[in-house]
Amino acid sequence: MEKQPIIEFKGVTKRFDVRTILNRVDFEIYEGDVTTLIGLSGTGKSVTLKHIIGLLKPDEGQILYRGKPIDQMSKREWNAYISQVSYMFQNNALFDSMTIFENVALPLRQTTKLGKKEIEDKVLASIDQCELTEVAYKYPSELSGGMQKRAALARALVTDPSIVLFDEPTTGQDPIRKNAILGMVAEYQKRFGFTALLISHEIPDVYFISNRILALYDKKIVFQGTPDEFEEFDHPFREEILTSLESLQEDITGLYSKRHFKVRYQTDLSKRHPDATYAAAVFTLDDIDTIQEKLGHDATQQIIRSLGSYINKHFGAVGGFSSRQTINEYATVLPYSDLEEAKRIMEDFTKDFLEHGIKGLEAVVHGETHEECVEINILAGLAQGKPQIEIESVMEFARFDQKPIARFECQTGGQKK
Amino acid sequence: MADDSTAQDTAGTEILERPKFSWTFFFDLFGKKTISINGNLGAIAIFLFRSFFMIFHYKQIPAIVQQIYFIGAKSAQIVMLVGFFTGMVLGLQLYHVLVKFGSVGVLGTAVALSLIREMGPVLTAIMITARAGSAMTAEIGIQRISEQIDALHTMRIDALGYLISPRIAAAIISFPILTAFFDLIGIIGGWISGCVLLGVNSGAYFYRVISATQMEDITGGFVKSLVFGILVVTICCFQGFFTHMRTDSYGARSVSLSTTSAVVISCVMILISDYVVTSFIL
Repeated sequence: MEKQPIIEFKGVTKRFDVRTILNRVDFEIYEGDVTTLIGLSGTGKSVTLKHIIGLLKPDEGQILYRGKPIDQMSKREWNAYISQVSYMFQNNALFDSMTIFENVALPLRQTTKLGKKEIEDKVLASIDQCELTEVAYKYPSELSGGMQKRAALARALVTDPSIVLFDEPTTGQDPIRKNAILGMVAEYQKRFGFTALLISHEIPDVYFISNRILALYDKKIVFQGTPDEFEEFDHPFREEILTSLESLQEDITGLYSKRHFKVRYQTDLSKRHPDATYAAAVFTLDDIDTIQEKLGHDATQQIIRSLGSYINKHFGAVGGFSSRQTINEYATVLPYSDLEEAKRIMEDFTKDFLEHGIKGLEAVVHGETHEECVEINILAGLAQGKPQIEIESVMEFARFDQKPIARFECQTGGQKK
Repeated sequence: MADDSTAQDTAGTEILERPKFSWTFFFDLFGKKTISINGNLGAIAIFLFRSFFMIFHYKQIPAIVQQIYFIGAKSAQIVMLVGFFTGMVLGLQLYHVLVKFGSVGVLGTAVALSLIREMGPVLTAIMITARAGSAMTAEIGIQRISEQIDALHTMRIDALGYLISPRIAAAIISFPILTAFFDLIGIIGGWISGCVLLGVNSGAYFYRVISATQMEDITGGFVKSLVFGILVVTICCFQGFFTHMRTDSYGARSVSLSTTSAVVISCVMILISDYVVTSFIL
């Protein structure tokens, strides 16, 4: 059966005075998906989101919720619809004269009949999930930008919405925090199963959490599909947006972006003889959900970054190049090594990592004071490929070959076992 | 592109010509303004009625109490200070007028009626406008430009009910009470200047205050203060709530201009409505 969209834009046009912002925009959002809307600054991404929540009304066209135009809904239908939607503003829109607790409690106090105790429990749980317990009774102006974002996220999620709209949730955050916020969105989406629509410039990181990409260009949606399909999308927008948004290498770890990893692969391997061999390695931080749950999103991102940085440093020194493939997976290509040589390099890496690299992870875990013990397993696998074979197939073989290379376990308070 | 009222010289530069006189000029000028004023009045009326009917909800009680504290309790000191000196000045001025006619005995009547009928409600409303009205406009205006009001909408919280209704309720309660404070302290101020400093008989002063003041004077004063309260809060909140609709400025400047407009319009409306209400009462 064909999947039915939960929200649908049909020929939506929006003008401010004589300026047209959206021109006959059509797209669909499907239930349970994480959809990311990308586009250059000032192209109407926030305007698009505000139409869904009813903050703006289209001049032409219709917005449908489960097939019903939202402008034709009765008051009861509208209330039922809007109660399922949460919106996280770009500038957070927290009430600056209220504490974080009061901000998060506001929608429950005003729109539900829950008792004081129930509201308090729910709010504190939401605050705890967003790692804000220590600042629950502080005012937004006393918090850092990242904490304010998380407070806005806590407020958006406290009502258990089925659709959450995120307007640039990672703007103004440092690279670790950006990925922590995206990780948080992905985790909550998995945990609560809501439909997410987010605006983000974090390419390629946002690919790791998105099922679908919408590209807004020249007042229209020029692409809607999966991140992989977007990689194949042939349109001036893609070049324009990727040139402006995607950096060649990650700013902290020095890893290649997924796209540039492929470009480097093609450039390096096309020069080789078709029968020449190369090796590929795939590294995975195992059971990331448990690590996130126990250490929090920031610490998890620091571990991932630390691992990526170490992989890049070590394999880069022997002529390899690496990239982050998914939220917890790295791939490395050793273009001039066969499998035997790659195994030796991997052994050196493992030894070096256990002696030195693991200290980076220990520092992160020791920095956190968690009552539960956390176990960190790093898996690695190797495979051999030839230039004419697709890199994805070689990586798949490497995944099959994965076995633990490093394990770190701690007791209460981060004591090493 | 040049229109009919312009011409181009040989170099292609547009030269503006004086537009030809048109008999519709008068209507062009005032018609647009009139339609705009009419639209705004309608908007204010809807704004007031929608906010007013949302007062009657049990969840409003804590917010109303908070606003009574802000509009009422926190304005009490300044209102009483102004009331005291207004009474003293009245006592002084009226003494020097009445002494010429040998009728200083009616000083109490003159001071009490001036304060209760006119000066109390008007000056109290103006003082509250200056202290609380401007703050309301600025606060709501900032909430508007920082998208806090939009956030209320996304949380299914009625912004009028949440932000405006408690303020209107608080004004309805606070304005008459503060007016009563003003009147009382003003009468004491008149007594100090007239009796303590200028030697009018205290017994005669207070006898005249009590005997001359009728219940209609007091209720008339309270009706005025109620009207002023609703007007001031509605105008100030309306200006703040629609700060983003201003076409003359944006951002922080629009908040400052809205605050100025709120105070000016409120003061003018207090005086205009004072005349209208007085003409109905008398």
